[in-house]
Amino acid sequence: MSLWLILTVNSVTLGGLLFLLSAGFSLIFGLMRIPNLTHGSFFMLGAYLGASLVLYYQVDFWLAALAAAVLVAVFGGVLERFVLRRLAGAEQAQVLVTLGVSFMVADLCLMVWTGDPLSIDPPEALSGAARILGLTFSSFRLAIIFVALVIAAALWLLLDGTRLGAMIRAGVDDPQMARVCGIRVSHLFTIVFCLGAGLAGFAGMMGGPILSVYPGLDSDMLPLALVVVILGGTGSLLGSLVGSFVVGFLYNFGQALVPELAYFVLFLPMVLILVARPQGLFGRRAP
Amino acid sequence: MKRLAFAAALILFATAPFWVGGSFYVNILSQILIGAIFALSLDVLVGYAGLISLGHAGLFGVAAYGVAIALNAGLGHLAAVAIGLGLALAVTALFAVLALRTTGIGFMMITLALGQILWGLAYRWVDLTNGDNGLGASSRPTPFGFSLAAPVAFYYATLIAVCLALVAIAVFTRSAFGASLKGTRDQPRRMTALGYHVWMIRFFAFLFSGFWSAIAGILFFYYNQFISPHALALSASAEVLLMVIAGGSATLYGPVAGAALVVVMKSVASAYIARWNFALGAIFVAIVLFMPEGLVPGTQRLLRRGFNAQRSRASAPAEGG
Amino acid sequence: MTTALELKGLDKSFGGLRVTKGVDLAVVPGERRLIIGPNGAGKTTLFNLITGETKPDRGSVALFGADITGLPSRRRAHLGMARTYQIITLFPKDTLLHNVMLSLLGLTALRWNPWTRLDRNEALRERARAALAAVGLSHLAERPLAQTSYGERRRVEIAMALSQNPRLLLLDEPFAGLSIDERRDVQKLLFNIPREVTLVMIEHDMDTALDLAARISVMHFGEIVVDGTRAEVVAHPKTKEIYLGE
Repeated sequence: MSLWLILTVNSVTLGGLLFLLSAGFSLIFGLMRIPNLTHGSFFMLGAYLGASLVLYYQVDFWLAALAAAVLVAVFGGVLERFVLRRLAGAEQAQVLVTLGVSFMVADLCLMVWTGDPLSIDPPEALSGAARILGLTFSSFRLAIIFVALVIAAALWLLLDGTRLGAMIRAGVDDPQMARVCGIRVSHLFTIVFCLGAGLAGFAGMMGGPILSVYPGLDSDMLPLALVVVILGGTGSLLGSLVGSFVVGFLYNFGQALVPELAYFVLFLPMVLILVARPQGLFGRRAP
Repeated sequence: MKRLAFAAALILFATAPFWVGGSFYVNILSQILIGAIFALSLDVLVGYAGLISLGHAGLFGVAAYGVAIALNAGLGHLAAVAIGLGLALAVTALFAVLALRTTGIGFMMITLALGQILWGLAYRWVDLTNGDNGLGASSRPTPFGFSLAAPVAFYYATLIAVCLALVAIAVFTRSAFGASLKGTRDQPRRMTALGYHVWMIRFFAFLFSGFWSAIAGILFFYYNQFISPHALALSASAEVLLMVIAGGSATLYGPVAGAALVVVMKSVASAYIARWNFALGAIFVAIVLFMPEGLVPGTQRLLRRGFNAQRSRASAPAEGG
Repeated sequence: MTTALELKGLDKSFGGLRVTKGVDLAVVPGERRLIIGPNGAGKTTLFNLITGETKPDRGSVALFGADITGLPSRRRAHLGMARTYQIITLFPKDTLLHNVMLSLLGLTALRWNPWTRLDRNEALRERARAALAAVGLSHLAERPLAQTSYGERRRVEIAMALSQNPRLLLLDEPFAGLSIDERRDVQKLLFNIPREVTLVMIEHDMDTALDLAARISVMHFGEIVVDGTRAEVVAHPKTKEIYLGE
């Protein structure tokens, strides 16, 4: 019984991390139709920056996570403003550039932090275990779930309750109409890209104590984010949430129960869903 | 002008083993040519069908593994190659049926997923594929009595394959079917209204693409006499896609240039520049910013501008001053 | 006598919005039928239902007596149905000649041939040239479409549709976006289409269109509300209500 429980908790935790990672990708693609293949790099960069702040400058974990998020958000903003904005509609060029940047980031990280993985300790307060309903859980893993849900709620509030959110939703539904209505779409793009990048960076730091930080983290996480977004539907927050947990479960249970077919178990449902419903479970338009 | 350039290139490549300076460099050229065939095969979809695939390394790898497994089961080279090709084509057909449900990013995602599934199988189905340890070949084939064991011999075999691929793709893209394919890339809705079977056209193009990816994969296997799951990883699919886009999609020589760029950076520059990965990424970004149509079309554009500038300077000498 | 086009009880909803409501329409061979109606009446959707680009929720479509309701869009082209679009979507990077060749190619088995060069196919080139000549664009045959005017592109589109020797030609707002001179050119083109081709046209520009059509169907909110000869429709109180009242 306890194996199932551990797997379940780990799945939900991974789901929470994946949500933080893929919500940004989903928004970016939903709004700007840019397949941002640098997203895995944002995650990894956030993890490395946050880890450095904690390990070498003794910064508090949460502060480091926030700082990492801000730094990655700025990097994302620069990338969008000076490179991606010039490539609107040029899908191949966007793929080339985002992949090219990911190469550069990966190599830069290798140069700065070398090939040895960095492990981050969870914050003091959460390094122990918690007892809920007579069962023991790792406090930090519970915290990740909590944080993911809080951010999900915050994003939902943003999208549904604020003017900015309304503009984003309008832009996702119909960018031309949004422009006609006077929405400064280019500013919106930069804001959303920064938000997405920052979320990914934050997720990287949050995932640090569990996944650690190592070269190749970016290409390990990117396909998972893509699966989540495709499963859940681009531009849909609910889709990212549901998709993240589905993928979290598929990945963990797959690895544990059928290690030979782990990738099969993970990607086959995505293929089947895409084949049956190209817009994903909750998406609006077919991608 | 074009004919001259092509003839010059052909002569250079044909005589390469004599002036390139050693078997290390001959091998580099073989790698470039194998990469070129792979990139050309992907360009059929990316450039001419307008479908970006992120899973082509899976097709490349399936062919290689097909040959490897057949050889290790005791079969001869001819049978092994036939099995590798047949298996790759079957998998390509499956890929196509699943992926052609969508276009655009949906297509990208399905092909990515399918490529990852194949990579996962190669990695985890240890009984069949030997997992991470990969599979080897003890010898290279001897087609028509010529042994391909030596680097130079293998290089010429690869060169012949590239020329065949170039001819096949040139004929394909200039044919009526090629025009139909390009039409589906530009205006799929209009093409349907004009009576074309858009799905079927894309399906056949996919098969054609898969065939040449398989050829590249088989050559790759015999070049290294080894195949491992790494050749099917997402990074491999990304790499060949970058070759196509950076070199210039929907052109005949763009993928060749792209393959040369990536292989040279990986194999040659890496000896001189420690951060060659960073440099390669920077080159890609630079290409996007300054030559977004790709190296080959971009260079043609610059040369044309240079010629036009020369011509106008020559015909208006009295201007200015 | 078999009708050229017969629609029975066509119904289509998008989500909660019923865009086509029980449309009945009968067009006889050789007829020139005009479909008019205010914006949002569902005229283009009706065309999409006829060509098969949209599937109806209910109802049937018959072409020269044969039920084609379940037939995929691409097969309808082979049965003699051709169409032009409100927004011109041709092939901008290709020459006018190539654009027309593509429309000719679509109906031949040659379109599956992956080895013989298309641009050397003299037979196809000649037919394409003839089609361009018929619309007065021979002099621009080698010009890329992107470098032609909107009026010229509209004529290329009509040339492409006519080159398919259709039995039924659907024209979706052929005069949209044209200058007065261009309108006259296109009007002349349409007048000269032989009676072997049945024409059904959606149009906004009443003046130019009314001359062409013998019978008019007026659409409003997805239904055909008035149907008759030009005189009948112009005099009908509902027509006045839709266009002048409200």
